[in-house]
Amino acid sequence: MRKGFSIRLTDVLFVTAIVLFAAFVLGILLTVVLNSVSKGWYHGVLPPYLTGEWYTYMAQDQDLVTLLTVTFVVAISVVVLALLIAYPAAYALARHEFRGKGLILSLCLLPMIVPPMAYGIPLAMVMYKFHLAAKVAGVILVNLVPIVPFCILILIPFIEQVSTNLESAAKMLGARPMTIFRRILVPLTVPGLLTAGILSIVKTISMFELTYLVASGRSQTIVVALYADAYAAGARPPQAVDALAVVYFLLAMLCLAIALKFVSPTQMVFKLK
Amino acid sequence: MTFSEPGTRGRIAALLSPALLFVLILFIYPFIYGMFLSLTDADGAFTLDNYGRFFTDDWDSATILTTLWISLPVTILNVAASIPFAYYMRRGVRGEKLITFLLIVPITLGTVLISEGMLTFLGPTGWFNQLLMGLHLVKNPVQLTHNYWGVVLSLAIQGFPFAFLMLLGYVSGVNPDLEKAAQMLGATKTQTFWKVLFPLLIPGIAISFCLNFVMCFSVFPSAVLLGQPSGPTRVISIAAYQWAFEKFDFNASSAISMVMAAIELLVISLVFVGRSRFYKGASIAGKG
Repeated sequence: MRKGFSIRLTDVLFVTAIVLFAAFVLGILLTVVLNSVSKGWYHGVLPPYLTGEWYTYMAQDQDLVTLLTVTFVVAISVVVLALLIAYPAAYALARHEFRGKGLILSLCLLPMIVPPMAYGIPLAMVMYKFHLAAKVAGVILVNLVPIVPFCILILIPFIEQVSTNLESAAKMLGARPMTIFRRILVPLTVPGLLTAGILSIVKTISMFELTYLVASGRSQTIVVALYADAYAAGARPPQAVDALAVVYFLLAMLCLAIALKFVSPTQMVFKLK
Repeated sequence: MTFSEPGTRGRIAALLSPALLFVLILFIYPFIYGMFLSLTDADGAFTLDNYGRFFTDDWDSATILTTLWISLPVTILNVAASIPFAYYMRRGVRGEKLITFLLIVPITLGTVLISEGMLTFLGPTGWFNQLLMGLHLVKNPVQLTHNYWGVVLSLAIQGFPFAFLMLLGYVSGVNPDLEKAAQMLGATKTQTFWKVLFPLLIPGIAISFCLNFVMCFSVFPSAVLLGQPSGPTRVISIAAYQWAFEKFDFNASSAISMVMAAIELLVISLVFVGRSRFYKGASIAGKG
């Protein structure tokens, strides 16, 4: 009897905590969405009037096309470049044992463990020194810093799963390394490439600190523009700021929904083997 | 896999070189450059003034304690709260997908959107205060924005899911037979937890504590948006940012960045020294 009761009590506690957390998160998000379509919402549970005018205002006042273009260009370039740099390294680390492997692995872990704000300022100064700051190229470069190691670590187990026999057989039949790479390795590691790619897009779209430290008006992503608006409270009506927040929210959630088709949420946080 | 063919080492080097070059140029070099800047003045001459000024200026040096005062309690809370949750979910529960989805949302959206939403949601006329007052729990709105608590809440709402999802990975990796064996030998649930599961989770707890701490310690956007960036939540990254981008003194700013990294490294090493001192060896066995 007592045992049955105690189990139910923990169930109740667990469900309550989850519901409270969910209510808190959903409350925050719903507030943003409702506020972006509201008019005269100074008190009360729901806004008295609904309007779409803040979206028109925001789209005219912000250079929304540039913001979206930069965000996409940065995200796509980061993913493509990161995979190109990470794949050979992941292959070497998955297939070979060599001295200094542990050192290289921990070197890869560092940019993922050290938070962007800690290395972002010196990195931004390097970008300024080489006149890359305030340019889209600079934004892409700084965003690559945490993403390349991330892709390496994700790709290693996927490459380890591909049997070496396949490669040896292809080699014996006279295939050149590039052919082996193109015809055997890439097709067999598509799941890994998708996982690494989609998670990198999610991370890049929501990366605030590094982009903020090097971007300017014409090279900022949505999340940085959103911060600038929220920071300069009063420069734009809060509802218009929330309209931009909703655009960012929809974009991020779309990418998250696609990402969750391929990976489980536990894979999305940092994981050590 | 070991290949003993000649030329393998050259091949490994060739495969690794793009990534290594990249990390060296964009991670190691900036760090060294930052360290160099922090030890020089505007003309490039060696000086310790940048550090001296930071530690003697009350307004700046106070940021260390301010940041610790925010980040340590939140980190401890996040990790401590995620242990029972991860334990509860170690064999999976109904609706696990939905729960993990709810937890990943704040991490994915990032601090900026969460802070912007919290400003209205927790504000004096927001839903949260409306609910509290509607339930007659409080008479006047509770102030949870533009102060210490706003920053703490924003760090908890992102740090807790992060710690939890990490620990869940560790908990579900523990072989369930160990628990059964302990129970068969007559251990109570509490004993099984403290004597079997908990020691096996120590590495996971240590790592999630470290990562959570460095994340909280370098808090920036929410300390500005949800806190009082000119007072109780003037954290160390705000100081570093202001020196670099408002006063354009890159040398002073680099010194603050280095102090920040040093404190983070110090806390991480303390955690790992503590871990290896108290739980030697227990962690390796039994990972299933």
